Amino acid sequence: MSRRPFVRTVSTTTWWLAQPRYIRYMAREVSCILIGAYSGLVVVGLLRLSQGAAAWTGFTDALQTPLSVGFHLLALAFALYHTTTWFNVTPKAMPLQFGEFQVPGSIIIAAHYAGWLIVSALFLFLSGV
Amino acid sequence: MSERNVELEILRYDPDTDVAPHFQTYQVPCQEDWVVLDAVNYVKDELDRSLSYRWSCHMAVCGSCGMMIDGEPRLSCKTFMRDLSDKIRIEPLANFPIERDLVVVMDDFMDKLASVKPYLVAAEKRSVEDGSYLQSPAQLKKFKQYTLCINCTLCYAACPQYAHNEGFAGPAALALAHRYNLDSRDVGRAARQDVVASNEGIWECSFVGACSDVCPEHVDPAGAIQQTKIASTLDYFKDLITPGRDK
Repeated sequence: MSRRPFVRTVSTTTWWLAQPRYIRYMAREVSCILIGAYSGLVVVGLLRLSQGAAAWTGFTDALQTPLSVGFHLLALAFALYHTTTWFNVTPKAMPLQFGEFQVPGSIIIAAHYAGWLIVSALFLFLSGV
Repeated sequence: MSERNVELEILRYDPDTDVAPHFQTYQVPCQEDWVVLDAVNYVKDELDRSLSYRWSCHMAVCGSCGMMIDGEPRLSCKTFMRDLSDKIRIEPLANFPIERDLVVVMDDFMDKLASVKPYLVAAEKRSVEDGSYLQSPAQLKKFKQYTLCINCTLCYAACPQYAHNEGFAGPAALALAHRYNLDSRDVGRAARQDVVASNEGIWECSFVGACSDVCPEHVDPAGAIQQTKIASTLDYFKDLITPGRDK
C-alpha cells in the first residue's frame, strides 16, 4: 500500500459555470465594468458641457440613440443588482449588538434601503424634479 | 416503510492500481428515512467492502463525513435520500487531494488551522485555585456563532479562491481566528494578524459567500472574514493617525 494522492485540476477560465452561486458572484463582479463605463460617460458629458451649448446638444442627442438607451438600461440593471446584493450581505459584515440584544439582519438591510431612498429623493429634489 | 432503488455513482480511486479516479455504479435499495451516509454504508456492508470513506457520529457533530453530493459539498449524514433523485453522484470533497476513494488529504487544512492559533491566548495564566476566566452572556454572544465550527471543511470544498490559490488560509481557519479575536478573555489578536491580515489571509477572499451557503452549522465564515477585513482596515488608519500606538 502506498500513498499517491490524486490532485484534481480546476479550470481557471470556466470554474464559475460550475455552480449558480458562482455565476451570481461573477455577475456582481462584472457589474463594475458597466458602472465604470457609465462613470466614464458622465465625465465625457461634463467635458462636453464645458465646451459650450453645441457640444452639449451633440452629447444629449447621442444619448438618445437606441445603442445608448440599451447601454443605460443594461448598466442600470447591473447597478441595481450590485446594490441590492451588497445591501443584502451588510448584516454579515456589520452586525450590531447592544448588550445581549443582536439587531436582526432585516433591520440593518432595511436601514440601507431607507438611506438609499432618502439620498435619491434628495438628489431628485436638488435637480428640480 | 417504502423502499426506493437508487443508483449511486461513486468516484473511486485506488493509489496502488489506478492512474486516475473513475466512477463506479451501485444499485442501492433505500429506505425513506435514510441519509446518504446510510446508502454509502449499505454499499460498504453489502456490495463492496473495498470502498473507503470517513464517518463517525452519524449526527452532524464530528464533521468527518463531508462529500460532494451531486456537485454540492454536504455532510452525508445530514443529507436525506428523499430529497435527492434516483441517481446520485458522490465524490470526495473538492479542492483537496484524493487519498483513496472518498477520503481526502486534509493536511493543508490542519496546518492552516494551527497557523491562526485557534485557542485562548490569555493575558495571564490562572491556576485551578484562581478559578475560571469569567465572561458575561453579552460577551459570549459576540462570538458564540463561530464556536459552532466542526472542521468539516465543506467551506474549503465550496471556496473557488481556495481552489485556485492553495496558499489561501481559507474560511474555517479565518472564522476560528475571528472567534478567538472576539473573545473577551483573549489577547492573541496581534499574534494572529501575521497570518490573518496577510495577502493570503482575509485579503484573498473576494466574498463569493459559498462557504456560508454550505456550512452545516451556520457559522457564516464569509461574515467573519468581512468583519475581520473591517477591523484590519481600521487598524491601518489608527496606525496612520497614532503611530506606535499600543495594540
